[in-house]
Amino acid sequence: MASDNTKDKSKSPWNDPYADPYISIENITKKFGDFTAVDNVSLKIYKNELFCLLGGSGCGKSTLLRMLAGFENPTSGRILLDGQDMAGIYPYDRPVNMMFQSYALFPHMTIEKNVAFGLHQDGMHKGEIRKRVADMLELVKLEDFAKRKPHQLSGGQRQRVALARSLIKQPKLLLLDEPLGALDKKLRENTQFELMNLQEELGITFVVVTHDQEEAMTLSSRIGIMDSGKIVQVGTPNEIYEYPGTRYVADFIGSINLFDGNVVEDEADHVRIQSEDTDATLYIDHGVAVTEGSRVGVAVRPEKMKLTRNRPDQADNVAEGIIDEVAYMGNLSVYRVRLKSGKIVKATLPNLDRDTEQFDWDEQVYVSWKPKSGLVLLS
Amino acid sequence: MFNKRFNFILTMMAFGYAFLYIPIVSLIVFSFNKSKLVTVWGGFSTKWYGELFRNEQIIEAALLSLRIAVVSACFAVAFGMLAGFVLARMKRFRGRMLFSGMTTAPLVMPEVITGLSLLLFFIALQDLVGWPGGRGITTITIAHITFSMAYVAVVVQSRLSDMDPSLEEAAMDLGARPVTVFFAVTLPIVAPALVSGWLLAFTLSIDDLVIASFVSGPGSSTLPMVIFSKVKLGVSPDVNALATIIIAIVATGVVLAMVAMKKQESRHKRDIQIAAVAN
Repeated sequence: MASDNTKDKSKSPWNDPYADPYISIENITKKFGDFTAVDNVSLKIYKNELFCLLGGSGCGKSTLLRMLAGFENPTSGRILLDGQDMAGIYPYDRPVNMMFQSYALFPHMTIEKNVAFGLHQDGMHKGEIRKRVADMLELVKLEDFAKRKPHQLSGGQRQRVALARSLIKQPKLLLLDEPLGALDKKLRENTQFELMNLQEELGITFVVVTHDQEEAMTLSSRIGIMDSGKIVQVGTPNEIYEYPGTRYVADFIGSINLFDGNVVEDEADHVRIQSEDTDATLYIDHGVAVTEGSRVGVAVRPEKMKLTRNRPDQADNVAEGIIDEVAYMGNLSVYRVRLKSGKIVKATLPNLDRDTEQFDWDEQVYVSWKPKSGLVLLS
Repeated sequence: MFNKRFNFILTMMAFGYAFLYIPIVSLIVFSFNKSKLVTVWGGFSTKWYGELFRNEQIIEAALLSLRIAVVSACFAVAFGMLAGFVLARMKRFRGRMLFSGMTTAPLVMPEVITGLSLLLFFIALQDLVGWPGGRGITTITIAHITFSMAYVAVVVQSRLSDMDPSLEEAAMDLGARPVTVFFAVTLPIVAPALVSGWLLAFTLSIDDLVIASFVSGPGSSTLPMVIFSKVKLGVSPDVNALATIIIAIVATGVVLAMVAMKKQESRHKRDIQIAAVAN
């Protein structure tokens, strides 16, 4: 699931403190009456990024997108695009285009006319429009459908028309609202890669809003996770998955086993935590610099857990339990293990060979993991 | 058992349709009556149709009714669209309920009251500003616009509420200014509602007797008014002929509209099939 996007460091301008952001969102707040939809968000997005805003419904991600498009005005704060303040600039004057969740194709126009609409508004020469539309339709492989009306197309084709229409003006920034939400799973996977290729080919900065974490992980250069109007964490898919900053993020992206406990030993190179969920202490190979005795959480991803019938040769990070539930998924097996404390943990084991050993219901097992697998969550 | 029930349903159906259509059928039959007496059959003849077309009063009234209907339907569509637009688009403002209630009130207002109030209004206006200069075709047209625009407003409003709001946003996003958005996107999408609103307003205007009677003046009798006054003097067979012609026109219109709708529907279905195959 976690596509590793740790590209060449030179391609990661967010790690370069001197790089100029392409889009700079500064302390943006949006209120609707008493309700704060977006709460003091600041964000820097760089040129050619494919940035995903990820969050549940009502987290403010769509409102933020609509402010970038100019459909909503921020209550306070400002948005800079390529150095230009966007305040007071109407949607029709912004070098920004949007692909709508419903696609919003004009039902009374042919595909060709839909795609040409933006260029017509600029008063471009007819011949030039025809050429650019033809090129664009070829790019999205719809050249045979130019004379059709939107209702004569399938969902996937409509999605490509919407994309073509929003790309034809070569905007500085393309906003995509749940671009793959209306497609079925199989089609979605193919389209994800098409979208990424297009983005690389055209060199346009994309900001995508989605609630689908898998989609965000696959597509993005970086992800911004939103919760109740705030950005809770920004990072590459890899950073977000391996180093979630809060319980919310850890729980939102992928699945997680969380142990609560008290810090009993905190050094520069390790921390030891006593949890009521396990007999053994939890040992993690990074310090957290908190006072001893403070309450923290330890997060361990299910695929980093090991299951054995015999007690492994380690004093920490081990717990005894009984297999409660087994789900064979083909590529991996998912086990729910009930620990002696009553806590249920999840472990996923890859089925590397045809005869990879499977555990059975009610079997007694030991769950264990390495010191570098756990992560301390302070909040 | 089953047969008995089926017979029962058939009987009910026959009764219902007889109730609806016997008066109309008898009217059509008697329009071809040779006799001058409306209720006595004197053999087949089309002479009343000939009489009808020589009757200048009726021809004139028919033309007047048509002119009023066309003009008032056009204005009703224009005004009704504006009202429908506001009703559908203005999110929430103080007195929105009152406003929408007031727009649709003419739908349920008794015609006598609408007619009377308009008559009083025109008289008062005449005293104050010297316009509309007596009652006639202008006052009837204005009266028809006022009550039929409510129907148009309702039809347009429902069409607009069905419309995806992001269509207009998409147009704006692609660089269209609000005026262009309206003419290039919104108007074509509500066009079917405007057509049906126009037809509705047209029919209402052709149909209206009560309101027209209040606000008409000498020399401006609409077709329903002429028919009504003729009937008061005793039914003459040429009225039957006139009614038959009206029924024929209305029936043709309804059938045409239905055929057009069917055609569009089957074309839509075919389009969907094509799209499915293309997948």
